[in-house]
Amino acid sequence: MAGSRSFLSRLREGDEIARLITFLFAISVVLVTLLLIFELWQGSALARHKFGLQFFLTRVWDPIAEQFGALPFIYGTFITATVSLVIAVPLGIGAAIFLAELAPVRLSDTLEFFIDLLAAVPSVIYGLLGVFIVVPLMRVYVQPGLKNTLGFLPLFTGPAYGVGFLTAGIVLAIMVIPYIISVSREVLMSVPRDQREAALSLGSTRWESTWKVVVPFARTGIMGSIFLALARALGETMAVTMVIGNTPTISASLLSPGYSIAAVIANEFTEATGNLHTEALIELGLVLFLLTFLLNGVARLLIVITAQRGGGTAHA
Amino acid sequence: MKRIAGILLAALVVASMASAQALLINGAGATFPNPIYSKWFDEYHKKNGNIEINYQSVGSGAGIKQVTDGTVDFGASDGPMSDEQLKAFQEKHGFGILHFPTVLGAVVPTYNIPGVTAALNFTPDALAGIFLGKITKWNDPAIAGANKGVNLPAADIVVVHRSDGSGTTYVWTDYLSKVSDEWKTKVGKGASPNWPVGLGGKGSEGVTGQIKNAPNSIGYVELIYAVSNNIPYGTVKNSSGSFIKADLASVSEAAAVAAKTMPDDFRVSITNPAGAKAYPIATFTWLLIPEKFSDTAKRDSIKGFLNWMLADGQNYAEQLSYAKLPKEVVAKEKIALAKIQ
Repeated sequence: MAGSRSFLSRLREGDEIARLITFLFAISVVLVTLLLIFELWQGSALARHKFGLQFFLTRVWDPIAEQFGALPFIYGTFITATVSLVIAVPLGIGAAIFLAELAPVRLSDTLEFFIDLLAAVPSVIYGLLGVFIVVPLMRVYVQPGLKNTLGFLPLFTGPAYGVGFLTAGIVLAIMVIPYIISVSREVLMSVPRDQREAALSLGSTRWESTWKVVVPFARTGIMGSIFLALARALGETMAVTMVIGNTPTISASLLSPGYSIAAVIANEFTEATGNLHTEALIELGLVLFLLTFLLNGVARLLIVITAQRGGGTAHA
Repeated sequence: MKRIAGILLAALVVASMASAQALLINGAGATFPNPIYSKWFDEYHKKNGNIEINYQSVGSGAGIKQVTDGTVDFGASDGPMSDEQLKAFQEKHGFGILHFPTVLGAVVPTYNIPGVTAALNFTPDALAGIFLGKITKWNDPAIAGANKGVNLPAADIVVVHRSDGSGTTYVWTDYLSKVSDEWKTKVGKGASPNWPVGLGGKGSEGVTGQIKNAPNSIGYVELIYAVSNNIPYGTVKNSSGSFIKADLASVSEAAAVAAKTMPDDFRVSITNPAGAKAYPIATFTWLLIPEKFSDTAKRDSIKGFLNWMLADGQNYAEQLSYAKLPKEVVAKEKIALAKIQ
């Protein structure tokens, strides 16, 4: 008896050790995040004191005159991420539903392989794709076409340069679609079989069981895939700077060239000579962090609200 | 496993050999002279096996920052350090930093106008007007007047500039500041100015890519980049009124004019010089060497390299499309070497 008890206590001790180790690993993520915020906060002190709230509200970015306003970059980051999600979410979820629910297993698995491959392509490759294929197509066909048909909207005015918010949004959409498909497909496939069978036995069609039962059941996971896509779209640097036009403008037109936070940091950081310029760029990093935080919060709130409205049926 | 062990062992051997023999000197800075710096450091290492100079082309601004922070032994920049930066270095270290010109480069206007194959002539007013956004059509009299016989279209000009902070931009805006008062007050000179108009391309390849993509566009690149990629470029009217095509001779001419009035600290801008055959948008590029080294072996090696660079090293310049230093400047730099202690 004594032997088995010591074995048990040793096991318990082992549990404690494992608990401690995994806890340390988990807490390290929080620590890194806090350290990041602290460093960004510390490193931008000069710029924060000099410009205060004006940093968020003014639109002049002039390193020579040491005037820094972040509004055009915040705007550009927000618009490109929004455009990319507007394109990528319906496409990605539609594709995921087909792969998880309707496609033959072999086809689904083969396509999944290619989608995972796409998700692993480095962003500079997507940037090159943007420069050599998307930009010329946009300039010659898409942008003039949009201007001729929808030019009465302020969204589609101004000269067709090829580069701009819309182009950046499209390239970002191409980049984030694999994330949405891959994660959403997994989530949809993990919906328990009895959910589908119950719906079918109640006389619903295949599509009704998919759309009214399986998709709502998987909603939280699908939202998770959209977060992942949003985070990637907000922080993407290389591909965006290659196709956005790198001009700090605020324009209602999606055809106008713009700039994003991540792109300007990458472009100017190495050559930023004055302290204020460097610190303004670090503050932009802080702003990007906040923006990500904020948009994630809003998205989560959206989930909670929708879950409350329709959750009764989905999670019952 | 065996293979990994083998690689590790090889790495160890190489590392221990390096630490046993070579004196490692670290530098960082300008990207524009990187091709010749790599060549120089490589050639110098071949001649002096015990000295290894490691150069990171991280950009002029980062080079100045790193040498000021003391994380590298020397810096390199396409634009001279400002008085403020010199003061910051002095305050941090208690001694100064010296500028040594190494070679010369130039920046040229390049464009893509469908149907126009002739090399265009640009007046300073035309360039400033285009980049200020005041000249918006290719057939504007300010451009057409200098290009009689060329059929310029009535198309909108698409301006393309560098989006990444760059010494190339510094030289370009330095020139525009000298020839246009409006540019000087509205925009000024710097590596990342607040551009009145235009699209930004990342790097020289980004600018040329954008120009190829968009008809009726104009931008600027380094001469060496235009030459090595066969990109056509225009001539620029210099201060004596002649249109000069940038090449090694016309860039050297700009330097020769400047050599006569070279200040003792070598911090000089040679844009818009006086010479009749001088190309107006050219610049020295500098190595930034601290005045004092605590490690005497390092100090002697750097001095040795600079001596070699000013003599034999100059012969590598032209094959890589950089203009050599004028003799007067070389002589002056040799005297300045004594300031490194």
